[in-house]
Amino acid sequence: MTPILEAKNLKKHFIQSRNRIQAVDGVDLKLQAGRCLGLLGPNGAGKTTTIEILEGIQDPTDGEIWFQGEKLGGPRSASMARYRERTGIQFQSTALPDYLKVREVLKLFQSLYSRRMDLDEVIALCHLGELLDRDSDRLSGGQRQRLLLALALVGDPDLIFLDEPTTGLDPQARRNFWDLVRTVRARGKTLLLTTHYMEEAHELCDEIAIMDRGRIVAQGTPEVLLKHHFEGNVIELPLDAFPRGEVPAVLPGKMRTFDGRLEVQSTSVNATLQALLASGAALDHIKVRSRTLEDLFLELTGKDLRT
Amino acid sequence: MKHFWLLISARNKEYYRDLGVLGWSLVFPFLVILGFGFAFRSNSQILFKAMIHGTPAPKTALSEFHAIQTVQWVDAPSVDESLSKLRRHAVDLVLDTESQPPRYWINETSPKGYLLEKLLRGTGAPVERGTVSGKEIRYVDWLISGLLGMNMMFSALFGVGYTLVRYRKNGVLKRLKATPVGAFEFLSAQVVSRLFIIGLSSAVVYAGCHALVKFTMLGSYWHLAVVLMSGAYCLTSLGLLVAARISSEEFAGGLLNVLTWPMIFLSGVWFSLEGAAPWLKKVASAFPLTPVIEASRLIMTEGATLSQVQPQVATLLILGTVFLVSGAALFRWK
Repeated sequence: MTPILEAKNLKKHFIQSRNRIQAVDGVDLKLQAGRCLGLLGPNGAGKTTTIEILEGIQDPTDGEIWFQGEKLGGPRSASMARYRERTGIQFQSTALPDYLKVREVLKLFQSLYSRRMDLDEVIALCHLGELLDRDSDRLSGGQRQRLLLALALVGDPDLIFLDEPTTGLDPQARRNFWDLVRTVRARGKTLLLTTHYMEEAHELCDEIAIMDRGRIVAQGTPEVLLKHHFEGNVIELPLDAFPRGEVPAVLPGKMRTFDGRLEVQSTSVNATLQALLASGAALDHIKVRSRTLEDLFLELTGKDLRT
Repeated sequence: MKHFWLLISARNKEYYRDLGVLGWSLVFPFLVILGFGFAFRSNSQILFKAMIHGTPAPKTALSEFHAIQTVQWVDAPSVDESLSKLRRHAVDLVLDTESQPPRYWINETSPKGYLLEKLLRGTGAPVERGTVSGKEIRYVDWLISGLLGMNMMFSALFGVGYTLVRYRKNGVLKRLKATPVGAFEFLSAQVVSRLFIIGLSSAVVYAGCHALVKFTMLGSYWHLAVVLMSGAYCLTSLGLLVAARISSEEFAGGLLNVLTWPMIFLSGVWFSLEGAAPWLKKVASAFPLTPVIEASRLIMTEGATLSQVQPQVATLLILGTVFLVSGAALFRWK
């Protein structure tokens, strides 16, 4: 099946203070219609540059983008004009024309597209009914994100880009936003989402792509990726659980200490627990858990997701 | 087409809902005109002003008249030009000593001209009489076209140039780039919106100033509107060109100031460059505000028609198109 969006060997470099910075270094991506792909990466991994190239906001130094089986040309090409008609974008941070009411902003942006979603439908979908006569720059964080999502939808797009849509929202507003995204997905839309929140990726995405240093280092469904990269479980306990804080040199499993804790990746929880007991460790604060996407992220990039 | 009008309408709303900008662009010209109206209400000039073409022969009745101390004499480059000033009451008498017999002209509606004529006749000099007629052009009459032009220049350059740079900096342009709207279409909407705003605000300023100070308008309102709109088109397009790539508001502000201040002083807003050095006049003629003020002043104070100010209007339209096309070609959303 032809993917709705495909990126082939995307590259982008910048020259900054005479230094060449390779922001995107050969990214390949495939996104099937109706799916939601989460693009994850630490700050500086190149994900904003990648998504902006995919959105048609930046030009790549090299590489190709294909949309619905058509290769995209330059910024003024007919294929790019068609692409802009068929895509909707919610930027991470954007301003809107000043002094316009919510209703006026929606009408303005809707008028820019030849295929349009019914405005009443968009308003109902994004719960904007009570905000229509409010100045667009006097909205709360959650209300603003709902308006920005509505602007991404007014052209009835096939593909929607959501760039860190819930950054800065409180947990309740974030969960409300997730419900909106699920409703949009249920209408058969394809989504490409970047996020800092693993939980968000888990909740909304069918598959994820993890970026580091301008490359995609892993792509697949969360389950497949976890299965592919990890075996067994994680056992965690504080370092002061050991007599005099001395951790045994060898335990069954891969060991790592961080933030005053010992983490053991174990394929046999039983064997590891017995070894810990034998070392005299107190197991009152022990945690045994499955591997998460957060662990995978750390494993692949060596960085915490929000650093 | 609907979205083009909505883009224009969005920009218009932004303008009139920003009460600070609206107030400033409408109130400022009134303050200036009020100030000048007040300052020139009581004219303390006690001298007569006369223009002379040639030099009177020494020890003649004419040289006696020329020596009267209460008359300030200005050398006239040509009789025609002097008569034009006489019609506008810029001078009280014109004397041509090179014609045979020498001739003088006064404005029939000028009391000062009448008095000067009495003085001249009193010397017994053999002179031939000529008259012109025309309403007095006060400084405030002369100033109004400069003021309309200056107000328009600020609105055009800052209203478009500065706004675009702000839009680029805060990401509004980036958001619009992600839609099907094209650069030329977007920029044209900005220009049309600004022309509409300038047209309306100029009409309000004109009517308001006229109500405060009954200034002279000898020409056609339609001709004046064509000149002002051509000027607005040219200056708005210049604003677009300035803002085509800049993303720093400070830099844009500096650049716009560098552009506007020389025009304020050299394009004839406050004073005429008639007696200035030729090189300075040449520099002034290169500014787009100069033809706007020149043409509107000719229409307002001398009753010139559109065909008489055709060169200025053509210059503005050509320059405006060059600025707009270059601005669109250089334009960067991000």
